[in-house]
Amino acid sequence: MSSNHDQPQTSMTRRKVLTAATGVLGATGATFAAVPFVSSWQPSEKARAAGAPVELNISKMQPGQMLTVSWRGKPVWVVRRTPEMIDRLDDLADRLRDPDSLVSEQPEYCQNPTRSLKQEYLVVVGVCTHLGCAPLYRPAVDSPDMAKNWQGGFFCPCHGSSFDLAGRVYQGVPAPTNLVVPPYHFKSDQVVRIGEDPEQGGVA
Amino acid sequence: MASTQDKKTNSLLAWLDARYPLVSTWNEHVAEYYAPKNFNFWYFFGSLALLVLVNQFVTGIWLTMSYKPSAAEAFSSVEYIMRDVEWGWLIRYMHSTGASAFFIVVYLHMTRALLYGSYKEPRELVWLLGMLIFVVLMAEAFMGYMLPWGQMSYWGAQVIISLFGAIPVVGPDLATWIRGDFIISDATLNRFFALHVIALPLVLLILVFMHIVALHKVGSNNPDGVEIKKLKNAQGLPKDGIPFHPYYTVKDSFGAAVFMLFFAFVVFYMPTGGGFFIEPPNFEPANPLKTPDHIAPVWYFTPFYAVLRAIPDKFLGVMAMGAAIAVLFAMPWLDRCKVRSIRYRGLSYKVLLTVFIISFVVLGWLGTQPSTPELTKLARIFTATYFLFFIILPFTSANEKTKPVPERVR
Repeated sequence: MSSNHDQPQTSMTRRKVLTAATGVLGATGATFAAVPFVSSWQPSEKARAAGAPVELNISKMQPGQMLTVSWRGKPVWVVRRTPEMIDRLDDLADRLRDPDSLVSEQPEYCQNPTRSLKQEYLVVVGVCTHLGCAPLYRPAVDSPDMAKNWQGGFFCPCHGSSFDLAGRVYQGVPAPTNLVVPPYHFKSDQVVRIGEDPEQGGVA
Repeated sequence: MASTQDKKTNSLLAWLDARYPLVSTWNEHVAEYYAPKNFNFWYFFGSLALLVLVNQFVTGIWLTMSYKPSAAEAFSSVEYIMRDVEWGWLIRYMHSTGASAFFIVVYLHMTRALLYGSYKEPRELVWLLGMLIFVVLMAEAFMGYMLPWGQMSYWGAQVIISLFGAIPVVGPDLATWIRGDFIISDATLNRFFALHVIALPLVLLILVFMHIVALHKVGSNNPDGVEIKKLKNAQGLPKDGIPFHPYYTVKDSFGAAVFMLFFAFVVFYMPTGGGFFIEPPNFEPANPLKTPDHIAPVWYFTPFYAVLRAIPDKFLGVMAMGAAIAVLFAMPWLDRCKVRSIRYRGLSYKVLLTVFIISFVVLGWLGTQPSTPELTKLARIFTATYFLFFIILPFTSANEKTKPVPERVR
């Protein structure tokens, strides 16, 4: 229109700047607003507090026996290994993926060939490192339901991963790493405390 | 008398139509939506999917009235529905059978698209939206299967959520975030319930709406793969088209009746589907300390699960499983043949598609079996042939020896 009223001149640059500023501010606001919704999916305080250590009396365990305790809702296995079981661990190295536990998860004090504080007792989290199933305990050599040349260990029924009696993973199975060793220590000769590192200078 | 009645109805309709596009919507999508006249039985499965969706919504709403989404009460509340709620067993079995029926119908619906090239230009978006529906449906079914809190619910969820843990760097934290705990727990169950009954059904409904809107924009394909919009009569209507209503509403009603016959048979005589629709371990309450000896997902996930198991590496296995689904999205661009229907396509596509369908079925069977070295070998072979379909297709389809396509449908 030709009328010359005090119509302010439209500045496209100004309009673009304002639109961009509104967009950026709006997006920032939306991001902040999303924080409570995203964070609300994190474990609650209650769930975080449930991670207290548990104790297990091992004085009545027979050689070769396995006990299961629940720690942080996960099964933790304690296996009392026989001397033969421990001997056999040495011969397996070339069939294992990570025989020296270099990439696997365990406390420093368990990064040894038997993956334990005391050779006799294996303490591992009974959760397959592949997709979290609970593997089966098949301690006997050549267990009838296991593959040929089975040396005793754990077998995951979900996807066929197998582990030796130190929780070390075999080659050619889906599980990437050895079974996780939780922090633990022996409170006395009879009691193992799971979920807590040995105190400095304590019984280790 | 009758005429005054008509007048009243018409004036009500006029009143509504002035305020809402009632007649025009009805005409555009039903009464004057012209569909090709040569639809065969493969074209039942779209409307059947809609029917099953309605079944899932209705029975699902009724189930929430008695179900308790907590780890302590979930299992027993399902038993309560089965034993104490009037007709609860029927509603529950209609819902659980409906889940499997949904996948049967959807897999056949997708097979139809592969047979007649329904994903090709200009229907790429129809295909993409359909694939999105498929993915959301899988999430919906997975979360639903967790709710009864049986052994398979628990351990199936454990495996699937652990898949996210395979992602480098952020994986473990991501898995914890999804679970809302360090293990599958009450928090996980409760949030999956929320997603299963509100969030995902809403997304599903919107996607189905868009799928149909996109279809009606471009028009339906047909077994001959001929574009019926090309040849129109004096009125500007496609010569080979017939109005959806009454022709296809009647035909689809017949399809629905036959479908419901099979559906009712399963609901009443084999509600667990021979252990495939509801697996036996799911009649035991969830036990976080003991994995069932043989763990397998419900049948509709097994082809992808077999791919996961075939790869002896955690991260690559998860990637391969994701790729097995994702690669389907690319179908409209991987298939470069101009001819749509398999009726006029060359031998190469017929062979490739047959091998692909066989691979899918065999992988599905393998996924239900325990893993042994022999079966793992077999799974590797069929995983290879599954992916070969998508790798070879772009090359063979570019200059395929096709037969002449007729001008009009037969």
